[in-house]
Amino acid sequence: MSRHASLYVGGTLVAVLLVAAIAGPLVVHADPLAIDLADSLAAPSWRHWLGCDSLGRDMLARVLWGARLSLGISISVVLLSLMTGSLIGGAAAIAGGRIDGLVMRGVDIVLAFPGLLLALALAAILGAGLVDLLIALTAMGWTGYARLVRGEILSLREREYVEAARSLGAHRARILFRHLLPGIAGPVVVQATFGIGGIIVAEAALSFLGLGARPPTPSWGNMLDAGRQFLLVAPHLTTAPGVAIGLAVMGFNLLGDGLAQRISSR
Amino acid sequence: MFNYLLHRILTFVPVALGVATLTFALIHLVPGDPVIAMLGDDAQPSDIAGMRHELGLDRPLWRQYLRYLDSIGRGDLGESLSMRQPVGRLIVERYPATLELAAAGLAAAVVIAFPLGLIAGANPGGIADIGAMSLAIVGISVPHLYLGPLLMIVFSLHLRWLPLTGKGGASHLILPAITLGTALAAIMARMLRQSLVQVLAADYVRTARSKGLSRSAALIRHGLRNALTPVITLLGLEAGALLTGSIITEMIFSWPGLGRLMISAIGNRDYPLVEGCVLTFALSYVVVNTVTDVIYSVVDPRIRLQRR
Repeated sequence: MSRHASLYVGGTLVAVLLVAAIAGPLVVHADPLAIDLADSLAAPSWRHWLGCDSLGRDMLARVLWGARLSLGISISVVLLSLMTGSLIGGAAAIAGGRIDGLVMRGVDIVLAFPGLLLALALAAILGAGLVDLLIALTAMGWTGYARLVRGEILSLREREYVEAARSLGAHRARILFRHLLPGIAGPVVVQATFGIGGIIVAEAALSFLGLGARPPTPSWGNMLDAGRQFLLVAPHLTTAPGVAIGLAVMGFNLLGDGLAQRISSR
Repeated sequence: MFNYLLHRILTFVPVALGVATLTFALIHLVPGDPVIAMLGDDAQPSDIAGMRHELGLDRPLWRQYLRYLDSIGRGDLGESLSMRQPVGRLIVERYPATLELAAAGLAAAVVIAFPLGLIAGANPGGIADIGAMSLAIVGISVPHLYLGPLLMIVFSLHLRWLPLTGKGGASHLILPAITLGTALAAIMARMLRQSLVQVLAADYVRTARSKGLSRSAALIRHGLRNALTPVITLLGLEAGALLTGSIITEMIFSWPGLGRLMISAIGNRDYPLVEGCVLTFALSYVVVNTVTDVIYSVVDPRIRLQRR
């Protein structure tokens, strides 16, 4: 594959998905919650491009509204995880010594827990609401960023240009914001891009298990769960959300790959 | 070697303790009252107090915690509220099925990954490479949630080659194993390709080739051997994904393992059982990681020398 293929393919996929999530529900007027039993399990047609589910709800509208939910939650979770992780990891790196050791042991223990299991247990106890879902998924995601940011700060701090700035008398805050943070941005953006794909799958898994978005709110995960009962008569019910998740994950993974190559070739 | 093993076992203990503590904190510190959740909002105060006492929730937190650690040590995880059976016994009954599924998923991953990685790594840049790696990208992107139903539609409902759900002979294991193993297979194939490409370009392999070693012999003797270490690291890293993936896979295929037990316990608000299942999954992950570290140090002596 050419050097930039993954960057372009991934970027295009992500852009198309974002446009579909934002503009889709404005263009497709069908109500994702409108029940019409006459259209129950209708196959894809001109009127309903992706067919209808068991209650006769338009699948295209549901997939598009589901995209809003999935992408909205995933991007929010990654931003929240990034903020939490950077604050904790950055503070540990700057404090150093015992505090650093203690904080990072804590991070190690959370990391010793399989991520989705942690989110699942939290979602099970907190209950199934969108805020609970955000908390549960953020609890699973922040540790990676804490480790990354701490490691990057520790290694950048020893670089010549930072030492030069320090010996010229630059203030701590100036060093942090002018020299350290811009250096960290690259790897963090790469990890966050991959992270969005991971959270999309995790959110779908929780909703599939009944611990995320509750029906009738359409999410790709609960649509897959609902479609499972009709595998033989209406395979389009699982295909539509399944392909949507696959394309979204592929888009963010390719974009992450492409960005990583870009950064390492610099 | 002995020192390294000792060191690894000594670090296992605090991590396992930390994981057990985190499980306790999850169940006991997160807002949300399990007793009200179990009894319902309109429960009588006397019933609530009675159940609190029965579960030991009316004691100070630190005493609950000590009792929890003590009971784990004795292998007694309390009694399931929904099934009225010891949690430990329920877990022991279901755990083998989950291990069987995880092992089958791992085997499926290896069986899929090695040919793909070899084909791609032998001719980097060729059509086979692009094809194999495109397949790997698709494999990483397809979620278990969709791959499972897709395989069921094709192989069980249309072709009728394999059973749809449940546990039985080896034929019941094939679709769940592929569902669970595909993502790992894709990552493993990419890693294998990467290390084959690196090894084949290395000076010592060029020397060996110029002395008459054939390309396929170089691939297998040098390439595969060197690919072993990153693959073992990958297994440690992906063990968590394999375990949590098994929860989803069990739900899709009605596989009677620990994952399904846990999800039904969550549905029944059976907190002792949820706690036991979460703890078992988390400790399994720590054990797998410790074991892969030890295997890693056997395969690559640099590791155990480095950490002295």
